[in-house]
Amino acid sequence: MESVDQESISHEMGMHTQSLRGRDIKTMFSLENEGGYAYAFAKDVDFNKRTEIDIENMTATECNTKIRSLMDEGYGTIVIKNPGAKHSIIVGILNKMNFIVEGSLGYFGCGLLDGPTVRISGRVGWSFAENMMAGVCVVEKNAGSTFGAALRGGDLVCKGSVGSRTGIDQKGGTILVGGDTGAFSGFMMQRGRMVVCGNAGKNLGDSMYDGTIFVGGEIQDLGVDAVPGELTDLDKAWLTRKLTQYEMMPSKGVDHFTKIVAGKQLWSYDNLEPSEKKLVL
Amino acid sequence: MAGTSYKGADIEDVDHFIKGGGIDSEREQIIGQHIGYRYDVNLLPDYEKLTPFLKGYIEFMGWDDLNWLEDVHMGYDDGKAAVFDRNINGWVAIPESYDLPDNQQDRDMMARELLIKFQMSPDHPMVQLNKAYRKF
Repeated sequence: MESVDQESISHEMGMHTQSLRGRDIKTMFSLENEGGYAYAFAKDVDFNKRTEIDIENMTATECNTKIRSLMDEGYGTIVIKNPGAKHSIIVGILNKMNFIVEGSLGYFGCGLLDGPTVRISGRVGWSFAENMMAGVCVVEKNAGSTFGAALRGGDLVCKGSVGSRTGIDQKGGTILVGGDTGAFSGFMMQRGRMVVCGNAGKNLGDSMYDGTIFVGGEIQDLGVDAVPGELTDLDKAWLTRKLTQYEMMPSKGVDHFTKIVAGKQLWSYDNLEPSEKKLVL
Repeated sequence: MAGTSYKGADIEDVDHFIKGGGIDSEREQIIGQHIGYRYDVNLLPDYEKLTPFLKGYIEFMGWDDLNWLEDVHMGYDDGKAAVFDRNINGWVAIPESYDLPDNQQDRDMMARELLIKFQMSPDHPMVQLNKAYRKF
């Protein structure tokens, strides 16, 4: 019954007849009916209301359902015990929250988040915090490949080393890595910031369109259209603040960081190109 | 040629896109449209300019800084100051009655504040979208 009601709402909104023309919503700020600091549909939770759940014998679905029911009850801090490297835990939370994970997570942990702060004492698998919109995720040990894939916002921190393709298709936000990062990190990065305190593998920033990568150690080599940039005072102040915030500040400061930006030779955003290509072909 | 780079950071006049600028390079003149962003997407926020509302938002969310709002800037669409709202995939224009600050950093803080107020409003389109599409 609920799904039928939902479908009628989407029809009323014109979502089934809207032509797909890209950015076609244009509106004007009207702040007569201001909200607070949270989404109108967010759950009212209190950081000081704390609980623990042991998920050793739960499936990922059961665990995520349990988290939502605790949020409904107003719990703002949830400690997750015995995660057992389960996949797809703590996903799709569009709320302010505090999660403390005592152990390690598997693949696609903490995906699609918009707001929570998550602290993980162990390691994480592939595609951690994929598509995160906002919030903070801190991993105390190492992370797998595609860490922060398609990240859109928020701070994503790994105090150890990460695998390859870190921040692939990053569209915003900040990725901080305390150790090294693997090959093709920052691949097709579009905006946002990546900070690697250790070394970076092959093809760093390959095909990046925009955004900034800071590396404290050695860079094995740069990818296509990734070029060195000038480290400004604003960059240094920002690096100092962020790294201090997560207790990752190198003993020798931030002056030695190399800044990598896009050469912007890959930009081809104009609408004549398809017709020009047809003429050539 | 295609790929002619526009670097938002190279624009010195903060009103460049309000005064009708944006079609500057040879390529842009040929195609009749601006290439690339209309602001410097890499501009880092100056925390000295933080507004009281934004301080309250940061505290409410339990963060130490602007978090995702570090990527929000005041942009310019159709010659008007506007903010891109990722939740509706569209530009939200600043009413002309608003006085724009004379520098991009203050404008960015204004954009961040207005965007939060807009997104958290019960009138925001995402409230309806949430009702229509939420799975759980």
